[in-house]
Amino acid sequence: MVSLHHYLILSAVLFTIGVIGVLTRRNILIILMSIELMMNAVNINLIAFSGQLQDVIGQVFAIFVIVVAAAEAAVGLGIVIAMFSNKETVNIGEIDLMKW
Amino acid sequence: MLELVIFYLFATIAVVSAILVITRQSAVHSAMFLAATLLSVAGIFLSLQAEFLAGVQVLVYVGGILVLFVFVIMLVPTDRAMFERRYNRQGKIALVTAAILIAELGYGVYRGSGSFVFPAGAIEPAVEGNSQWVGTVLYQNYLLPFEIASILLLVAIIGAVVLSKKPSTADESAVGE
Repeated sequence: MVSLHHYLILSAVLFTIGVIGVLTRRNILIILMSIELMMNAVNINLIAFSGQLQDVIGQVFAIFVIVVAAAEAAVGLGIVIAMFSNKETVNIGEIDLMKW
Repeated sequence: MLELVIFYLFATIAVVSAILVITRQSAVHSAMFLAATLLSVAGIFLSLQAEFLAGVQVLVYVGGILVLFVFVIMLVPTDRAMFERRYNRQGKIALVTAAILIAELGYGVYRGSGSFVFPAGAIEPAVEGNSQWVGTVLYQNYLLPFEIASILLLVAIIGAVVLSKKPSTADESAVGE
């Protein structure tokens, strides 16, 4: 029998992998992919509790999380394209215009 | 027993592909492994009887967001990034931070495990079928958040168009005026 713990631990592991990706990679595209991984981990939590409580509100909330993820991906990739046309790089180490 | 086997199958694929997403050198390989992760998460949604969310996951994430990623990887030549260092200098500190994070999350799950037991089948679904149920709740109780989400998407569309517009065309129109 699959208990709620299984889903929560899977979600925690996926979220941590996303955090490691955001903190360690230098390619901005892969950082955006790691953020998508973290949003997916949150969705697993919401839907696991929704199933456990026999309440559909968790699934409705997960739809809103997916909406925010789609908006974030569109704007983030727009920023990547704008940045590439200025700096010719996807390496976040070289994008340091506002670094003091 | 079969549930457990299916869960471990999808969970293993999801975790292994997620690790490959953040360790591959090429962004295209990362995108493909991200597709594997997202599809297995859709499988986990199916095993939780959230059929509508599983469909939305496949359509929006794999069919929308991931295709957008692949398009941007195609537009932005990442050849130079292939020969550079993959990780930045604060990698060790990042791993320590992530270890602390997973320890905290694990401790939270361990300590809270007693409160995860809910009365089984407390509330029966009011209507038949998961999609119908989600739709009823979404359009009756959560109509205002739904409309706000649509405005958020509109703003994101306009923002993406403005951001990815070439700066030279803006200069020309400014000169023309």
